[in-house]
Amino acid sequence: MPRIKEKVIEVGLASAAVITILTTIGIIWVLLSQTIDFFSDVSIVDFLTDTQWTPLFADKHFGILPLVAGTFLTTFIAILVALPVGLTIAVYLNEYAPKSFRKIIKPLLEILAAVPTVVYGFFALSVITPFLQSIIPGMAGFNALSSGIVMGIMIIPLITSLSEDALFAVPKSLREASYGMGSTRLQTAFKVMVPAASSGIIVSVILGISRAVGETMIVAIAAGQQPRLTMNPLVPIETITTYIVQVSTGDVAHGSLEYKTIFAAGMALFVFTFILNNISYWIKKKFQEKYE
Amino acid sequence: MNSSKINRIKDNAFKYFGIACTVFGLAMLAIFLGNIIIEGIARIDWAFITNFPSRNPDKAGILPALVGTLWIMGLTAVIAIPLGIAAGIYLEEYGKKSKLATLLEINISNLAGVPSIIYGLLGLEIFGRIMGMGGSLLAGASTLSLLILPIIIVSTREALKAVPSSIKEASFAMGASKWQTVWHQLLPASFGGVITGIILALSRAVGETAPLIVIGALAYVPFVPASPTDEFSVLPIQIFNWISRPQKGFAINAASAIIILLMVTFIMNGIAMYLRNRWQKKVKW
Repeated sequence: MPRIKEKVIEVGLASAAVITILTTIGIIWVLLSQTIDFFSDVSIVDFLTDTQWTPLFADKHFGILPLVAGTFLTTFIAILVALPVGLTIAVYLNEYAPKSFRKIIKPLLEILAAVPTVVYGFFALSVITPFLQSIIPGMAGFNALSSGIVMGIMIIPLITSLSEDALFAVPKSLREASYGMGSTRLQTAFKVMVPAASSGIIVSVILGISRAVGETMIVAIAAGQQPRLTMNPLVPIETITTYIVQVSTGDVAHGSLEYKTIFAAGMALFVFTFILNNISYWIKKKFQEKYE
Repeated sequence: MNSSKINRIKDNAFKYFGIACTVFGLAMLAIFLGNIIIEGIARIDWAFITNFPSRNPDKAGILPALVGTLWIMGLTAVIAIPLGIAAGIYLEEYGKKSKLATLLEINISNLAGVPSIIYGLLGLEIFGRIMGMGGSLLAGASTLSLLILPIIIVSTREALKAVPSSIKEASFAMGASKWQTVWHQLLPASFGGVITGIILALSRAVGETAPLIVIGALAYVPFVPASPTDEFSVLPIQIFNWISRPQKGFAINAASAIIILLMVTFIMNGIAMYLRNRWQKKVKW
């Protein structure tokens, strides 16, 4: 009898794990079925090439490009902030800072990562935007710049902690050899350690990009809700995620074309993040055993 | 000046740049918390916590949203904790080398990277429409459970991995079965790590806004939800709703509600960090 009990338990545990596979299948099925439905009404060529996105207006256009442009713009600004700051902190903590300092700083930075994103949105709208407006006259109240900057601040801990792990994993002998040759800490950091940890650092950046692409509340609050094909960071724009929120907060009847648009937009988002996550997974697997 | 001097200057310059960057991150956090506390602390009183939302910002309160958040936290815990721990045990102790386990592993690392709003679309269709839950607490908690499942699974595995194999081998040598070993030895030994992961995952669920907006959680709720099938709002959605309004009074309300939300998430994170440190110190095998 105990044999049977053991087997039953194993099957029970396995089925809990299988739920994660069902989740993936569910996501793909939901997005795919609604998107296919959507493309029976809207041509896929229009979707990919039209330069206007106005599904909620009388004159409807279904070009995803303005939403992609908005997403790209805010993501680009976020990485521009997060990569230099995040990587510098990682190098500083790993090569320069005394251990005790590191012990205090790391949990403090983790707090930045624990703040809910709706709170960051409030910060962007009520602190960063007024501040930037006082420097840059003519900047709109909703814009890509302040949400991008705040998104960057949010991503700093992610880049710092993953890059730091990568730097930490570089064998000590490399660092000691570099010091032995008379290098300074700076030379050791950027000519030996960072190149040796490059795959891990690249993974941290890709995951940062993926996070920024999927980030919703900051841009929904502070970037505006006006789909616009522009690279100007000072005017209101709309990201893919914001559009989904915009439709969800209004009342849109189930089964209508507007309802399906959020799944088509979600599909575009899913494809982007899926590609990014797989690239990072691939890099991680490929370069993992370099020093082992 | 010779090049070694220049190099030393550069080296020191980077040191200060590094300190500046670290301070930048922390200063942002400080400005940010300071700003919210200055703006919102005066508005917090008992009435703010026990009032319903209102068109008048001075009379508006967070009661339905706060109760909704507690409901969501509880229901999500009930659904996600057993599933997450079970899946973690399976991956770490049972399935290790099977094809299923490899597939599961790739899949979980992929799921962890899926934006939360996509989970909202999943919940809207599967839980809301096909299973007929609509915009209920149950639909919201189910959606968030799927969202935090990868976090719980990964942290459970890490915690189990940290238990030295000698304990497992001793248990087997005593004639214990696999499940007896897991239940009586491995789980108690990894308890600290498992709990830490669970608290962090739940704190993430408490702060989530986007998926719940998508499944149809309400912005205006004039009642306190009393059962899992009731419609609901949560604190982050109430905050989002108040931020979206032009009147200054609502911005102040948003700041006050943010203080309460941050208190909840920081306390949870604090407990998790405390447990993690204590557990790491105590367990020296």
